[in-house]
Amino acid sequence: MTARTATWARPFAAVGRSAGGFFAAFGRFGTFFVEMLRSLRDVGTWVPLLVGQMRHLGVDSIPIALFLAAFTGIVLALQASYTFTGAVPLYFVGALVGKTMILELGPVLSGLALSGRVGANIAAELGTMRVSEQIDALETLAYNPVAYLVVPRVLAGILMFPVIVIFANAIGIVAGWITAINLLQMSTDDFIRGLRLFYEPFDITFSLIKATSFGLVVTAVGCFEGFATKGGAEGVGRSTTRAVVISSMLILVFDAFWAVVLLQP
Amino acid sequence: MIEMIDLHKSFGPKVVLNGLSLRVGEGDTVALVGFSGAGKSVALKHIVGLLQPDMGTVRVDGTDVPSLSRPDLYELRRRVGYVFQFAALFDSMTVAENLAMGLIKHGGFSKDEIEERIADSLERVELEGYEENFPAELSGGQRKRAGLARAIAFGPKYLLYDEPTSGLDPVTTTVIDRLILKMRDELGVTSLVITHDMDSAYCISDRIAMLYDGRVLQEGTPEEIRRSQHPVVKGFVEGRPELVEEGSGGMRIFANTPASRRRI
Ligand SMILES: Nc1ncnc2c1ncn2[C@@H]1O[C@H](COP(=O)(O)OP(=O)(O)OP(=O)(O)O)[C@@H](O)[C@H]1O
Ligand SMILES: [Mg+2]
Repeated sequence: MTARTATWARPFAAVGRSAGGFFAAFGRFGTFFVEMLRSLRDVGTWVPLLVGQMRHLGVDSIPIALFLAAFTGIVLALQASYTFTGAVPLYFVGALVGKTMILELGPVLSGLALSGRVGANIAAELGTMRVSEQIDALETLAYNPVAYLVVPRVLAGILMFPVIVIFANAIGIVAGWITAINLLQMSTDDFIRGLRLFYEPFDITFSLIKATSFGLVVTAVGCFEGFATKGGAEGVGRSTTRAVVISSMLILVFDAFWAVVLLQP
Repeated sequence: MIEMIDLHKSFGPKVVLNGLSLRVGEGDTVALVGFSGAGKSVALKHIVGLLQPDMGTVRVDGTDVPSLSRPDLYELRRRVGYVFQFAALFDSMTVAENLAMGLIKHGGFSKDEIEERIADSLERVELEGYEENFPAELSGGQRKRAGLARAIAFGPKYLLYDEPTSGLDPVTTTVIDRLILKMRDELGVTSLVITHDMDSAYCISDRIAMLYDGRVLQEGTPEEIRRSQHPVVKGFVEGRPELVEEGSGGMRIFANTPASRRRI
């Protein structure tokens, strides 16, 4: 096949093949997603596993998200004061920290951190189960593996990411506030005044919409890559890497998507 | 009754099954033998719908497996125990939890009954006292027996064994062979057993079928297979590669791909 392609056409053929591969993968993901929605009906299988996954994927991820958020808050406060010096009243530091944390950095940084922690974890675990035939074994014991393995993880992601992001937003703002009063000679009143200045209740909604979609992306991609794993330990490694790379990219794509859809005047 | 009818299965260009037909009568134990890579495990997976045939079909109890809806497929799987070649134990669960998985899904067992059955199944495979161990803490042979215990625990009507005795010591092998016989004689289970061990095959089976080149080369009673004059079968059961080579027209046997090669 390749041998027949004229030299000049080869790059095009390669593009065609990878585009074909992309659409094929997209189609497989679509099928997987539909299967997941169908498996929601299998309530008896996934409900008992949901709480465990919420703890495993959600609660256990809170420390890393908070760690990230705290340092982000500190940096935001310092950068804001550095940028504003002389030109803008200092209480705008509060506005910038609050807005940036809630609208962008809280959800996105948590999402990226969790794609590494949660997405990789899911892909590696399910990938290992795939290559060691444990998923087949579930099938033979009359379990629907999608309902048993995928649904609780994805629902846990959808439910817990917003919770994590709320915590991250709060800690980021608190860290910014502590920085402001200790290093920037601001008063708490100033900081809170800034915080309130541009605040809209919709900001929180926006943050949570993002968090929910990132939770879905990270867990669904992790599960998909895990299920699609082929060929031993190397295959598991490949799936894990792909899960992290693809979900990180999708997080940024969704981030832009929500901004375009929901923030345009 | 399990019937495989003219099964064809390829993975990409590689033809694995090429017109396999095999029947396991009600209450019978049939041994499926063949070279490593001949497609025995692939054939077995078709019976419970883990793989879909490219052509041909599998019937269990007269129902056509490839065309079953999901709920019906799960219904069928509740009647079939599957022993995986590499055990496929759930490694996040203890041995007891592994066994409980099938029992819970089967329904109709109380908590006490589940415990009782777990203990009983583990005893049958000589694994008493390993309830609380994780698969990673077991030896290869122990894992294999735990997988076997998981398959028999819920009392299936059909048992599919993928090399239940490979990697076991001679005494444990005999224990497992006797267990397979007991499943047939006491519980009337219908079994298909993949094995490499001809002594086991002679001992446990009503019939033996040899898979070669994607189909059944010869099928018969243990006695018929033992005395087979077909060079490939004879070479296989006696472990004589030169006979196989001669019978297969000089094709290398361990390439395992005679059928696919012929297509190229
Ligand atoms: N999922 C798969 N994808 C691609 N090829 C496969 C797959 N499963 C099996 N094969 C190929 O099919 C052939 C038969 O495999 P199978 O596992 O059935 O052999 P087997 O007869 O069980 O051998 P053994 O006795 O060593 O277990 C092998 O050559 C294998 O490479
Ligand atoms: Mg095999």
